[in-house]
Amino acid sequence: MFKIVKKRELNPTVTEMVIEAPLIAKKAKAGQFIIVRAGEDSARIPLTIAHYDREAGTVGIIFQVVGGGTMELNALKEGDYVHDFVGPLGKATEIERLKNVCVVGGGVGCAIALPVAQALKEQGTRVTGIVGFRNKDLVILEDEFRACCDELIIMSDDGSYGRQGVVTVPLEEKIKAGADFDEVIAIGPLVMMKFVVKTTKPYNIKTVVSMNPIMVDGTGMCGGCRLTVGGKTKFACVDGPDFDGFEVDFDEAMKRGAMYRDAEAADREAECNLLKKEVE
Amino acid sequence: MPNMDPKKCPMPSQDPNVRNKNFKEVARGYTPEMAVNEAKRCLQCKKPLCRSGCPVEIDIPGFIAKVAEGDFEAAYQVIAKSSALPAVCGRVCPQENQCEGKCVRGIKGEPVAIGRLERFVADWHRENVHTPAVKPEPNGHKVAVIGAGPSGLTVAGDLAKMGYKVTVYEALHVAGGVLMYGIPEFRLPKDIVQHEVEGLKELGVDIECNMVIGKVLTIDELMNDYGFEAVYIASGAGLPRFMGIPGESLNGVYSANEYLTRVNLMKAYQPGSHTPIMKSRSVAVVGGGNVAMDAARCAKRLGAENVYIVYRRGMAELPARREEVEHAEEEGIIFKTLTNPVEVLGDERGYVRGMTCVEMELGEPDASGRRRPIVKEGSEFELDVDTMIMALGTSPNPLIRSTTPGLDADKHGCIITNGPDGLTSRPFVYAGGDAVTGAATVILAMGAGKEAARAIDQAIREKNGENA
Repeated sequence: MFKIVKKRELNPTVTEMVIEAPLIAKKAKAGQFIIVRAGEDSARIPLTIAHYDREAGTVGIIFQVVGGGTMELNALKEGDYVHDFVGPLGKATEIERLKNVCVVGGGVGCAIALPVAQALKEQGTRVTGIVGFRNKDLVILEDEFRACCDELIIMSDDGSYGRQGVVTVPLEEKIKAGADFDEVIAIGPLVMMKFVVKTTKPYNIKTVVSMNPIMVDGTGMCGGCRLTVGGKTKFACVDGPDFDGFEVDFDEAMKRGAMYRDAEAADREAECNLLKKEVE
Repeated sequence: MPNMDPKKCPMPSQDPNVRNKNFKEVARGYTPEMAVNEAKRCLQCKKPLCRSGCPVEIDIPGFIAKVAEGDFEAAYQVIAKSSALPAVCGRVCPQENQCEGKCVRGIKGEPVAIGRLERFVADWHRENVHTPAVKPEPNGHKVAVIGAGPSGLTVAGDLAKMGYKVTVYEALHVAGGVLMYGIPEFRLPKDIVQHEVEGLKELGVDIECNMVIGKVLTIDELMNDYGFEAVYIASGAGLPRFMGIPGESLNGVYSANEYLTRVNLMKAYQPGSHTPIMKSRSVAVVGGGNVAMDAARCAKRLGAENVYIVYRRGMAELPARREEVEHAEEEGIIFKTLTNPVEVLGDERGYVRGMTCVEMELGEPDASGRRRPIVKEGSEFELDVDTMIMALGTSPNPLIRSTTPGLDADKHGCIITNGPDGLTSRPFVYAGGDAVTGAATVILAMGAGKEAARAIDQAIREKNGENA
């Protein structure tokens, strides 16, 4: 059992939790993930580590409520316990020797882009942040990004905050203006990452993407998280979650990501009904 | 006077057409009368060949004699001296290749039903004896075990009985390894596995779940910072193998590991489980081992109309336990042997809509001694399936190997050991089970654990200047 020491709502569908997990906090690095189970019979949910505090012995997670599993997790309160919390899993993002990086985040993916941007800043890398959201209400972690980015561009789909448009527009502008990035690190929805890669490829700027496929165990056993990278089968849980964006088959990953969409919707509805009953 | 019936006493089991719709245990187990009667078929050989066929060297005639006398607890005590998991082994061991394969009664009839008797004794003890195990006198030495599957639990049990303080680190949220995530409830009820795990805890074994060694702690940290004098690596089989044919990334293609983990560990068969599984109409399981049989029988129970075992060799070459094959056939699983998939076909949404197969014929024996399957020219055909489960074995998990300097592995990634004692290229680091052999059986993993426990004890005693 792992204590939830802090919980806050970042926007109406995105929640941050700080979990007491000293051993994981000691080893965690930006880009790695954990698996959490809310209760004794809950699903195993993989979530990339949003932040960690080695001294306090805590690990932060940020998640969007999408299915019954995340709904169950979101029903827990500060001071409650999650049943299982395991990690740090996967490989850390490789940031050594990078001098000038553009970090692109989309939606809840910004929660994972932030620790990468922070780690880069800490080692003296020049960080350009481009973060995109659907609208003003969904903007998260703006202050945190401002603190670690040399330049921050905020985009919104509907223009209700920052600039109107998608993240690839300012990305291409920057590249064309001679930003000379060593690398672009993109974390967000698959479709966003796909188009970031499309933008950077003509300029041959190395682009690393963080993949979030469906997983069960997350430790290299089930093979559910397989992706085609450079024509070969790779497992996100042990070979990733970061991969060379030029090599990833995004269309296949998008289809695989949608495999249980109907089941997730049904599960969410069932969980809603259950919660409603508890309230009544 | 021995019972000279040439046949084993049959095992009461659920009707095939009832059981293929539920997850309750198939075989119900002997009654005391049946057990006594079957035990009397044992001739109590002077040189019991059965015992030499048992990887954990159970005194088989010894326990059977006690069953024949009706002293079931005494029979249990005989087994418990050698096996940490009798209720498990009685259910999942391939007895026909081990103890029962050597039984002299098998020459002119059926062998003594050693497995069924072992299961009976273990179940009787669990249901009737509730005295907690006596904690052994601690000897002051600490050993860490990585992985709470059959091999790790065996090492933990044996060392705990010698007085060692053992901590087992398990990556998943529950102990048991393949006994929990792999073997289905209808073949091995999970409360039986957990009962065996509780028994180890009573002996003083600590089990820490949610600990992925190699990530949260390394083997060097366990030995240098946590005071463990030896480590046993029993991390089990690893990443699933796929065939490398087109279409394997389509939705509806599972590894057997994933399919079984969703069903068994995450209980996807129960209403209300948050872990989904595809509702399949027609399923092809590729492979012919026990894992393939388990996956096929789960798919049938989850409601698939047609479930095929697709295997490139013939019925006689199926590596699965004979009983599993028989049970699968009874439950309506269709065996498409001498058949090999060459492509998975998908629809426009990326879901499986069928697979292209070729027929095979058997040629000359290959390096494994089995006849090599050869493709029949022009035999291509399409099989109508919406789900495919790949049960083709696994390759070892890289997490420990890649984080333990000086730990040698072979080209497949299996940890190299010195010999049966399980010593690796690192002093005081031992390994056994599937992490060493690649995917094998529960009992072989337990046998490796047993030998390693002896070797670990000896090595620690020698280091501390004690007589072995």
